[in-house]
Formats: sequence, C-alpha cells, structure tokens
Amino acid sequence: MTAPLSVAAVVVITVATAVIGMRGMRVARTQADFLVAARQVPALLNASAISGEYLSAASFLGIAGLAMLEGLGALWYAVGYAAGYLVLLATVAAPLRRFGAYTIPDFAEGRLASPRLRRWATVMVLVICAFYLIPQFNGAGITLQATLGGPYWIGVVVLGVVVTAGIASGGMKGITVVQAFLYWVKVTAIALPAVVLVLAVSHPPLGTVGGPAPATFTHATDVRFPDATRVTVDRAVTVTGTGTVDGRPVRGPLVLRPGGHTVAAGTSLRFPAGTPAPDVSGATRSGSSWASPLLHLGGRPDHPLAATYGILLATVFGAMGLPHILVRFYTNRDGQAARRTTAFVLLLVSTFYLFPAVFAVLGRLEAPALYLSGRTDSVVLALPRLMVGGIGGELLAALVAAGAFAAFLSTSSGLLIAMAGALSHDIMGRGVRAFRASALVLGAAVTAAGLLVASVPINVLVGWAFAVAASSFCPLLLLGIWWPRLTRVGAMWGLALGGGTSSLAVVASLAGLGRSGWPALLLGEPAIWTVPVAFLAMVVGSLLSPRSLPPNLTDLLATMHLPERLRRPRAGMVGQR
Amino acid sequence: MLADGPSSPTGGASSPLWAAGSGRRGGASGKENVTELLWLAVAGVVVLVGVVLGFVVRGERRLGTPAQRTGYATLHEANLLAPSLRSGLHAAASGKVTAHLQTLLGTPGVLLADLAGVIAADGLDEVHQALLEEPVSRAVATGEPQVLSATDLACDRGATCTIQAAVVVPLVVDGTVVGALVAAGPSAPAGLLRLASEVAQFITTQLELAELDRSRRRAAQAELRFLRAQISPHFIYNAITAIESFVRTDPDRARELLVQFAEFTRYSFRGRDQFVTVAEELRLVDTYLELERARFGDRLAVTLRVAPEVLSVRVPSLILQPLVENAIRHGLEPADRTGHLSIAAHDAGSDALITVEDDGAGADPERVRRVLSGREDGEAVGLHNVDERLRTVFGEEFGLVVETGIAAGTKVTVRIPKFHAAVQAS
Repeated sequence: MTAPLSVAAVVVITVATAVIGMRGMRVARTQADFLVAARQVPALLNASAISGEYLSAASFLGIAGLAMLEGLGALWYAVGYAAGYLVLLATVAAPLRRFGAYTIPDFAEGRLASPRLRRWATVMVLVICAFYLIPQFNGAGITLQATLGGPYWIGVVVLGVVVTAGIASGGMKGITVVQAFLYWVKVTAIALPAVVLVLAVSHPPLGTVGGPAPATFTHATDVRFPDATRVTVDRAVTVTGTGTVDGRPVRGPLVLRPGGHTVAAGTSLRFPAGTPAPDVSGATRSGSSWASPLLHLGGRPDHPLAATYGILLATVFGAMGLPHILVRFYTNRDGQAARRTTAFVLLLVSTFYLFPAVFAVLGRLEAPALYLSGRTDSVVLALPRLMVGGIGGELLAALVAAGAFAAFLSTSSGLLIAMAGALSHDIMGRGVRAFRASALVLGAAVTAAGLLVASVPINVLVGWAFAVAASSFCPLLLLGIWWPRLTRVGAMWGLALGGGTSSLAVVASLAGLGRSGWPALLLGEPAIWTVPVAFLAMVVGSLLSPRSLPPNLTDLLATMHLPERLRRPRAGMVGQR
Repeated sequence: MLADGPSSPTGGASSPLWAAGSGRRGGASGKENVTELLWLAVAGVVVLVGVVLGFVVRGERRLGTPAQRTGYATLHEANLLAPSLRSGLHAAASGKVTAHLQTLLGTPGVLLADLAGVIAADGLDEVHQALLEEPVSRAVATGEPQVLSATDLACDRGATCTIQAAVVVPLVVDGTVVGALVAAGPSAPAGLLRLASEVAQFITTQLELAELDRSRRRAAQAELRFLRAQISPHFIYNAITAIESFVRTDPDRARELLVQFAEFTRYSFRGRDQFVTVAEELRLVDTYLELERARFGDRLAVTLRVAPEVLSVRVPSLILQPLVENAIRHGLEPADRTGHLSIAAHDAGSDALITVEDDGAGADPERVRRVLSGREDGEAVGLHNVDERLRTVFGEEFGLVVETGIAAGTKVTVRIPKFHAAVQAS
C-alpha cells in the first residue's frame, strides 16, 4: 500500500524544515531592516515555537491511538499535557526568565551554588530526554510502516539520520522559526482531516459509541495479521481468508467459535459487515466501559481513579520539567513576555488537543481492524484513506503523514539539542565540536533504542518521561523558586529519590513487572507516589541541612521575583524614539 | 546529627505501599509471591539509594583518626565561616558567623564589633553587651588584647551566670584596627586567649582578601570607564565633521544625525548597567552605523544576520560597537572602494557566536597578536580592551578570535555563554 503522495509529503516537510533551519536567520541589509532584525521575538511566534516543540508523536498519534484502544479516559493525557502549561504560567515562567537560567542545570547551579548538583541535574536531563525521545522514534517507525508498508525499522532510521545530521552539521540555526513552522503544519494536518471526516462521511450515530456493543465492522473488511496474534470473539463469526488459524491451514470460509483463536503471522481474514471486531487483549471492551471517563490502564478495570490521578499528576507537573521546553523561554525579552508567551502556548496547545478525540471516536466506529493489528497508534494515519476514498483520501492521508513527521522532527530535534547541549556542556567539554560529537553519539544511541521498543504504546512511554520529570525537576523548580529554605543537600535528596524511584519504576514496568492490581498501577503510573516522595525528600533534606543555604539568598530571590523595571533603574535606551 | 536521616523516611514511605499490596492478596499464588518479592526488591533498592545518599552527603564525619577528625572539624568550620566574611565585616551581621565562631572557640558567648559598635553577638544578653562595651573600645583604641575576669562582668545573676570571664582581641587589617572579637564563657584560661588570637588572625585574613576583591573590582570598573572614554575622541571628531557637512545642504538630516549622536553618547557614558542584551548592543551599532554612513555614503554596505534566539543573551556593554568601529576604521576606511561589513549572531548550543567581518585592508596577524596581548598600544586598542573584558568576565577561554591577513579582510569572532553566574548575579 505504498502511497506516493504520502512519501512526497514527508519528503517536502523534511526538506522545508532543513531549508528553514539553515536560513532561519533574520537578514538586514538596509537601515530600516536593521532595527526590525534586532527586535525581540514576538510572543506569538515564540509560543508557536514552544507548542511546536511540545506537540510530539504522543500528541499527534498517541492520544487518538490510546483513546481508541483504552477508552475515552485516555483523553486525560491531553488534559494534563495542556494543563501543565497553566502551572508553568502561574509558577515558573516569569521567575525563571528573570533568573536568566538557560537550562535546568544552570538553574540548579545558579540557585543553590553547587556544581555537584549541576552534574546530577545533567544526568536527569539525559534520562528524561531519553525516555521522551525513544517514543518519537517509535512513532516514526509506525508512521512510515503505515504509509509505506515496509518494515518498522525504516522510519526509525530515517528519522535518526535526518535529525542527527541536521543538528550535528550545525544546520538548525533558526530553531525558533523552524519549530513555529512545524506547529502550524501539525495543527493544519490534524484539524483539516478531522473536520473533513466529521462533515463528509456518513457513519452510525455517535450515540452508539457509548452503548453496550463492542466495536463493530461497518462494512466487510480485510484484516492482515503481520504478527502471530491471539484473538477472542464473543459469538460465532464466519470469515473468509487465507493463512493459518489455530494451527490449521485456511483457504475459504471459516467459522470462528466463541473463545480464543491463534492466528499465524501473514494470515489474511475477511470479516463481513455487522460482525463485532474480535479483541486481541483477551477481553472485549463494551462500549459503555470504553466511554467511561476514567483511565483503564492496559484495559484493566482495577483502580481507574488512582490511574487517572497518576496521569494527571505526571502530565500537569511534568511539563515544566521538560528540558527542551524551558530552553525556549529564554528567547523572551523579560518575565512579562515569558508569561504572555505561556498564555499563548496554553491557547495553541489546547486548540490542538480538540482534535485527537475526534479520531479516537471515528476510529472505534470505522476502523476496528486496527484493534486486531494492535497498532491503534496509527489510527490518525489510517482513517482518512479508509473513510474518504480516491484522490481526496490520498491527499488527506498525505497531509496527516506530513503532520506526523513534523511532530517527530520538531520534538526530536528539540530533545536532541537539549541532550547534546547538556552532555557537551557538562561532560564532554564546551565548544562547537564537542556539541556536534555529542549529537552524533546520542543520535546513534537513541536510534538503536528506538528499534527495541516497537510494541509499547507511544503515549505510555511519553507519560513515563513526564512522570520522571514531575518527580525530579518539578520539585526542584517549584521549591527553588518559591521556598527560600531549599538547600543543595535537600535538592540532591529530592533528585536522587524522586528521579531514581520513578526511573526504576519505569524500567521495572518496561521489564514486565507488576501485571495487575496495585503493583501494576504503582509501577505503571509512578507519579502518584514518586512526586510526593520527591517533594518530601527535598523539604526534609533542606530542613536538616540549614547550613547549606546559598550565601546570597536574598539577591537570588530578588532577581527571580522582582519585575525587571524595579530591579535596575536604567537610562533611556538607544533606539527608542 | 542525622546519622540515618535519609534512610528512615525512605523506608517509611515505601514499606506501607508494599504492605498494602500484600495485604490485599492474602492467599497469594506462586506468581503473586514473585510480585511481592519484586516489590521487596524495589523497596530495598530505594532504601539502599537513601543510605548511599546519606553517606555521600553526611557520612564523611565518621571517617579517619581522632586527630584527622579534629583537624577536619576545625578547618571545615573555618571554611564555612570564610564566605560570610569575604564581603567585609559589616556583612557578618546577616550570615551565621556567630554560630560558627561559637563552635570554633568553644565558648557560649561570642561578639563581633567594628568601630561603630556591635555587629553580631550570640549567647550574650543586653547586660553583658553593655559591660563589654568599655573593654571593646579599649582594645580597639590600644590594639592590645584584654582579659576580663568575673569582677569585670558581674551581673545580677552572680555565680549562676554562665558568663564569668572573657577575652577581647582586636582585629587588625593592614596595620589598622577595624574591630574586635570577644569570646566569653565560664572561665578564660590562657589557652582561650591564644585560640581567640588565632581566630582573630583568620578573620582579618579574610577581611584583607575582601579588601583585595573590592580593589580588583574597582580596577576592572576603572578600566571599563577608561575604555568608554577611549572610543570617543576619534569618532566624536569624525561624527561632528560629518554632521557639520550637512548643516547647510540638508539641515533635517543634520538634525537627525545630531539626535543619533546624542543617543550614542548617552549609551556610551551611562555607568549603571554592566550587562545588556545583544538586542541593545545591536541598536547601538545601528546608531553608530547611521553616523558612519553620513561620512561614507554608498561606500559602506552592511549586512546583519541574526538568529532571534541570541537577541536576549546578556553581554558586557559596549562589546560589539568597538569591533564594528575597528572594522570600519582599520579595515574599510583605508581601502578606497565600496566596503562590505557583515555582522552575524548565531545560536551554538550553550553559547552564542557573534562575528564581525569586513573585506577591507586586513592586517598583519603578528601585529594583531601583539595588540591582543597588550604589547602594542597601536590604534586598535579597542580590540584589546574588548578581549580583556571578555576574559575577565567569562574566563580565559572566551577571548576574541581574529582571522586576518594583509589585504584579506578581517573576521572577529566573539563567543558568549548564554548563562554565566557572573552575568546572572549582576
């Protein structure tokens, strides 16, 4: 199912990004241009750039895919992703900009006067970025697989090469303009198809989504199983197909009796219209359970409320701890501009998150075949071609593929720049050459890691990155800005305990520990306990080590909290007429 | 003080979670047992992290022989004391100086005074502070240590009072008495006097270092003022000549140029902000170029390429304009044709790169090397000054990089760290 239009769209986006990246500098040749070029970046452009960097594969593909798979409760991810900026706006944006810190390690060193803490923070930057970067590569693999056919690794390697080469060659000069451009690509690529699909396609009334029935094939559908799969059907279904089912070769009609069946890799089955879609996770989800507003982790019914709180804690407090986002705030002129930018970001990001829900609902109604392949993350990519036939469908599919690739490109470059910056600045020695070497090493390492995580839902991986950020940098920033008595000892306790426990929980989850009940919840949604642990450790550690307070505490707090005009009375500036 | 502080909260936080997990599943199967074992392992790792952390942070106290521990404790205390004193004696009031002094001297009462009176005191009530006033001023006046006995310090609590004796030691910086240190306790043996004298010596050393810091800063500021005074004369002459040439032919232009000139000088001479943004520096360069264009006319073509990310980077003020002036005066002015000047500001990871490039006369690299090292006080003294200031503020590796050759143009590169403690603290 190679689609030349989609391939062309992905190539166009990549080339456009490279061109803007290389030429994204302001050029002035005449007197009049000069002042325009030297003007600070306006808040809306900056906000577009931040949103562009923020809306990753998890947002573009992951939310719709997870909501289709696990139910509408997964939309809490979108709520948390957007609401995180509210917390950022209210508590961090302006003070951090006034402080002048460029990265979180800068903040840690400047606020608590400790080079050792800086190194710890650098390690956490690398951990969080890695957790966040790997799912982007996973998404790229899925996207190119869904649009081009081919194997999973092609997309991973293509993205790895493009991003690493772009950064290591010093091509990302105008990163702000690039990211802003990619935001608008992404919004267009998700909003336009969503509107077209809702308006132009006849489908069963939306009311049936919440009913007792499981997802149903609306028309006869061919399903190809790329991997060996265990499917479960509620009632007998007559299918036609070729391949191997339950160890017996099949050619022609076959009745699937209620219960489990093993379908061999490469088998192709045709389900007639009106049959319920079999489930691959072991138990079919009824519509009412699917539409329940709480998060059902891995389709399990236990502790949905705690799981929902876990996700909200991680996403709401994790956004501020993402290393690649805070770097962008530095482009603001002052604290007030930082606040204005954050308000715009809130608006832009919220607008974007209106649309994944549309794809989730339409996906359940129109594309139940995706449940069988286990790749609901590709629902956004698959729906346009499935629901709108002909050239129109191809065009929409190409647009969506372009948007998805924009998502990987923007977030991956932002993350890789943040990682390479941290690694070269604190470990490999400063300078442009060290930065490029770091980018090469990290790009290769992350690409390799991306090849290993083919089957974990994107959003779950990104949720973990947020959980680790919320358990390490969030307390460091919030307490560092708002609590004068934070000491470097307390900060180290918090980073080690919060970051350590959340990372261990994620690794344990990835390794398959804790499959049900509370262990599954506490390992799968670690934020619900690691965030309080991190805060507690920082507070207790600080109270027990009052002698480690930085000597110039009052100056530091004044720098963060006093508006710029009060801090330093300045003479009139040149150029203001 | 908190021997096992880190481990106990950790263990407390994680065991209930595990206990809750196991309690819910009383009659667990083999698989459940494995899960519980894994939970135990997780809890164990958490506790281990806490213990290791506690050892890293606090554990060194328990290391070494008694002599090593005593030596460590004394020097550690002295090192904690030092930073508060490095801003001068008056700053001792805000820090935790007296607490460290109590530990160092081993006496309950400690007092620091300067010529104007008490700066900081601990363990001494109003009565005792009043009683100490006279001996302190005597020590300050004579420069001699004073030993006070119970009769000198008699208060209404009599023999039950913990303060029965005291030693007063003057603080002498560069031969001048600047204050006094008082150690008061139940007794004042000769050993206390000896110890107090050594502590006083330590304090005065720190105060002398503070004085050294201040004079070094003053010297740097004087150099900055010197640089500001230096860019002007040649340029002022040229600018005024250029403006004068327009007074009759184009009075509006002349007026506009005068306004630019006034703004330029105001920016150059103001002394408040040591650091400004790249955007502000570029505006100054624009004003400067406007004035130069009046003289050069079409012979000067300027290109500015700037990455918007760099605009809010803070740099020492008047870094960029001297480089542009240098390019025009020594690169473009001697060459008798249209000169191209290119200013670029790039984003480069944790640094920002600013380059000023001209296609003019160029210079002998050996001569530029001599200018930069300060051995030749030629006309390009601005270059040397910018280089000096960059090194002083950001460190040795952040000096100017100049690429040039005779008749090959000149390219000057400045590397600025986006975040630097010195800039952020200003």
